[in-house]
Amino acid sequence: MIDACAGKSARTAAGRMARLLGRSSVALTVALSVGACADGVLDPHGPIAFDERTILFNSLGIMLAIVIPTILATLAVAFWFRAANTRARYMPDFQYSGRIEMMVWSIPAMTVLLLGSLCWVGAHDLDPPKPITSAVKPLTVQVVSLDWKWLFIYPEQGIASVNTLTIPAATPISFELTSSGVMNSFFVPQLAGQIYTMGAMTTRLQLLASEPGSYEGRSANFSGSGFSDMYFFVHAVPPDQFTAWVAETKGAGPTLDQESYDELVKPSQAVAPFTYGSVSPGLFETLVSSAMPPDGSFCAMRSD
Amino acid sequence: MSILGKLSWSAIPIHEPEAMAASGLMIAGVIAVLLWTTARGYWPYLWREWLTSVDHKRIGVMYCVLALLMLLRGFIDAIMMRAQQAFAAGSSQGYLPPGHFDQIFSAHGTIMIFFMAMPFMIGLMNFAVPLQLGARDVAFPTLNSVSLWLTASGILLTNISLVIGEFAKTGWVAYPPLSELKFSPGVGVDYYLWSLQISGIGTLMTGINFVTTILKLRAPGMRYMRMPVFCWTALATNLLIVAAFPVLTATFAMLLLDRYLGFHFFTVDGQGNMMMYVNLFWVWGHPEVYILVLPAFGVFSEVIATFSGKPLFGYRSMVAATMAICILSFMVWLHHFFTMGASADVNGFFGIMSMIIAVPTGVKLFNWLFTMYGGRVRFTVSILWSLGFMVTFAIGGMTGVLLAVPPADFQLHNSLFLIAHFHNTIIGGVFFGAMAGYNYWFPKAFGFRLEERWGAGAFWCWLVGFYLAFMPLYVLGLMGMTRRMQHYDDLNWQPLLIVAAVGALVIMAGIGCIVVQLVVSIRTRELRRDTTGDPWNGRTLEWSTSSPPPPWNYALLPHVKGIDAFWAMKQQAPGEQAAHVQTAGYAPIEMPKNSATGFVTAFFAVITGFALIWHIWWMAGLGVFGALVTLLVFAWRDQDEIEIPAGELARIDRSYRAEAAT
Amino acid sequence: MSTEAIFGAEGAITVDAIYEGPAPKRIVVAYGFWIFLLSDIVLFSALFATYAVLVHATAGGPDGVQLFSQTRIAIETGCLLASSYTCGLMWMAIGARNPAATYLGAAVTFVLGAAFLALEIREFAGMIAAGATPQRSAFLSAFFTLVGSHGAHVTLGLIWLTVMMAQVATKGFVAAVTRRLACFSLFWHALDIIWVGIFTVVYLMGIRT
Repeated sequence: MIDACAGKSARTAAGRMARLLGRSSVALTVALSVGACADGVLDPHGPIAFDERTILFNSLGIMLAIVIPTILATLAVAFWFRAANTRARYMPDFQYSGRIEMMVWSIPAMTVLLLGSLCWVGAHDLDPPKPITSAVKPLTVQVVSLDWKWLFIYPEQGIASVNTLTIPAATPISFELTSSGVMNSFFVPQLAGQIYTMGAMTTRLQLLASEPGSYEGRSANFSGSGFSDMYFFVHAVPPDQFTAWVAETKGAGPTLDQESYDELVKPSQAVAPFTYGSVSPGLFETLVSSAMPPDGSFCAMRSD
Repeated sequence: MSILGKLSWSAIPIHEPEAMAASGLMIAGVIAVLLWTTARGYWPYLWREWLTSVDHKRIGVMYCVLALLMLLRGFIDAIMMRAQQAFAAGSSQGYLPPGHFDQIFSAHGTIMIFFMAMPFMIGLMNFAVPLQLGARDVAFPTLNSVSLWLTASGILLTNISLVIGEFAKTGWVAYPPLSELKFSPGVGVDYYLWSLQISGIGTLMTGINFVTTILKLRAPGMRYMRMPVFCWTALATNLLIVAAFPVLTATFAMLLLDRYLGFHFFTVDGQGNMMMYVNLFWVWGHPEVYILVLPAFGVFSEVIATFSGKPLFGYRSMVAATMAICILSFMVWLHHFFTMGASADVNGFFGIMSMIIAVPTGVKLFNWLFTMYGGRVRFTVSILWSLGFMVTFAIGGMTGVLLAVPPADFQLHNSLFLIAHFHNTIIGGVFFGAMAGYNYWFPKAFGFRLEERWGAGAFWCWLVGFYLAFMPLYVLGLMGMTRRMQHYDDLNWQPLLIVAAVGALVIMAGIGCIVVQLVVSIRTRELRRDTTGDPWNGRTLEWSTSSPPPPWNYALLPHVKGIDAFWAMKQQAPGEQAAHVQTAGYAPIEMPKNSATGFVTAFFAVITGFALIWHIWWMAGLGVFGALVTLLVFAWRDQDEIEIPAGELARIDRSYRAEAAT
Repeated sequence: MSTEAIFGAEGAITVDAIYEGPAPKRIVVAYGFWIFLLSDIVLFSALFATYAVLVHATAGGPDGVQLFSQTRIAIETGCLLASSYTCGLMWMAIGARNPAATYLGAAVTFVLGAAFLALEIREFAGMIAAGATPQRSAFLSAFFTLVGSHGAHVTLGLIWLTVMMAQVATKGFVAAVTRRLACFSLFWHALDIIWVGIFTVVYLMGIRT
């Protein structure tokens, strides 16, 4: 038979030290986290991100209500019924109880019922392409993920930018997204959840920045060696400032047409933000449809 | 095309110091072991008793050895990643260039899942299931050996990639188009695909072997509802293997056809569909995580019942929950890519299904709780791992349910929150279960118990280290940090990543404790000899055999009359383990002969795989031909069994019982 | 059957009322092989699913209507189904321990299977010569892989059949040989089932669209 004492003394001595270490690390993490709550999922600046955070908190609350008592009960039961505790009642035949079975199946089932409804409603309310109800007319932005930078086209304004996105605040932005090659994921945590970008396909996402500010965005799907630098800032500015920015960008800087796009597509990383003063009309649509040509001749991509 | 295909001297990474250092270390280690074995003259013994063994107990041990070795390799990858991310903040690029970092995280995932967790679970199932069923071996012992050695082939090929060539840089899931030839023109993805195709065949054969064993080779009287719960979870696991692994084989075959023959399954050109890969991969991928965790659940059922001195609470609902998990695991796969743009109806459906699968898991947790309730819990190392599991998995499961809500997943997908979640469940569930099972069945396999203080030390280091390493990752995910980043600009992330790196160091201490525990246990094994075969006052049939059991496990097949068959036998004749066993009526047994088939097949598998990776077509042909010849040699064996005479059986059995009774 | 046999000692109905112990080897082997066949069907399911998704992804190239010949498929189907029949005859000969009839059954099965393969290879060669290569489009990649995988299984089956006849010749109808022949029969019939799936999903449905 195993010498339980040896195990127990190891548990108490090393265990005490380890538990202390564990507790202080949790405290440290919490302390670090409190200061670091900004800039992420927990710091929404738009209605979509805000609702997503709310669902996260609600789900967490519901789950914690089950998980915390379960963890405490586990530790309590194990401790109380330890072999050395002579006060605990030994019930060697206690292996079935209809009432407990019922409870044990129904507690998780009811939790899932509750969470499931949250899940179904939330999935529909926060479906990425679902238009945001607003009196303001949405702005369309077309997004192309490249190796390893982001291209943003404003089809109505006839301008484009790379690795920087300027949008009017309090305006719904309607994104149409595609990729020049590998799969990426367009992600601005403070404004909305992410959506994949894929070649020859268009995905859609809607978001809105409630107030002006600068919000970091990045690719959330690994795409190769320049992936870490695939980030950009979303500059939400007051609508009149946006109009002014459009006016000053238009006509200044290079033109984005098939030729300059073919240059842009070549692999590069850590690209400094810049803008295009004019864009060939329908360029985005051409990019999406030409990725699947009738005669297989599209070969704009090359990467090694 | 040269005679050696794409292979040339430039395949050896002489210009990359870390790769050369790692390769050098690995080669030195392998050579050291080979030299030591030769110097001690162990080769004949090793060949005869282990490499050509078709005994499930030996095969199980070898699987676990492979797993522990790969734990070291995969962990080195982990520590390198933590170190890189702790340093590479702001303008610092760390010490690992992207090309290397990308290979390291890809290798880490591939090795830990396919070559550490799978072999560990398969090893435990190999060792314990036939013994628990009252069987003499698995249904197809030689096939079992082939499975083991094909897994070893996959391991060898992946490790060769460190020295010759490179590994995949796509992540362990290798999504196209990144994994297509256009974006991954090197041999890395080919190493990944061929290693896993080869070991995948081995795993599939294990699945077939164990389903057949559990359904057809139980001892007399062992009806389904009298099987130990570990056997039920093994059945569910192997059914999942049979149903899921062919999908992975087909998927990888299609990617290989794209890469080798220019097909268009998943390329953007030719109207291929990359979403199909994602779907197919995860149709395999989700059942895979249940393949990993169900055996661990089975281990906990055995361990908690044994060390509480009580039967498992709610046997029937445990069985029902296990089979429910088995079926449901095929209905949740889309939750791995809620963000790929499916409709709200589809996302919602899969979200709900993913939550539903949490119900049977919760039921199991409560049943373990109530098993301890009213028991006399002995705090052995295995129970420590079990308690650590219950707490840790509750958290991991919870974060899984959170991720199952599509709008929450839109924010957390591919972030460090996701990384923390799956490490929470895989470490807290699978690895802790592996350690509990390892400590539990070690005396049965080797005849002496593992040393307890180092075992407890390993547990505490792993527990503390795990929380230190992964709780910060939950926070980082909420702060917006994505996975697989070689460097980052937000300096706010760095302190948490440093804490995580410290956690990895504590885990390293835990791994050190595991190694020391083994060494110390072997050195001082006489102190912890198991002479009775039943060191834990166990409940299931394996504890009725000697430690280690004879090759045939049971000279006389036990007649089972209920659950916890051995416990019932002990109750009938309290204090006298010998009394319940009939000591007459031994009949000769046919045992399968040892065979080199597995080892030799694997040798040709490695040659074929290596050749295909480097486009050395003649060598690939030779490898396939060699494997075929091996199969034919096996098929033409005249004698595939050895008869053990009744007298020998009686002699060995009686001497064990006499010793156990004293 | 006693009450205790039907109802377990716990008083509830158990799934297997009587369980007498481990099964004999020939049952175990056939059972295990069945499970393998089920896994192979899963593999084909993945290929079928991929085909279904990619069937319209012709990238401007030829589609099924333009490529498939109903006559040839009918003949192939006839050959394969007939070979299953002759395989059954071979199995009966094995049961009767009649070597000559066994070899005859095997030979006819082989010829029919080889005819199937020859026709299929002709089909593939014709398509490739006309530019409908698997590299042309995702649809063609999926077609060649699905149908070609079945053809590869048939090829392996023919090799296996040859080896088995060599075993019968050298070892006779010993237990190991008959077990393996049982597995071969199961395999050969399963290939028929998969072919039925293929000609329905690929050829019949492909012509309709």
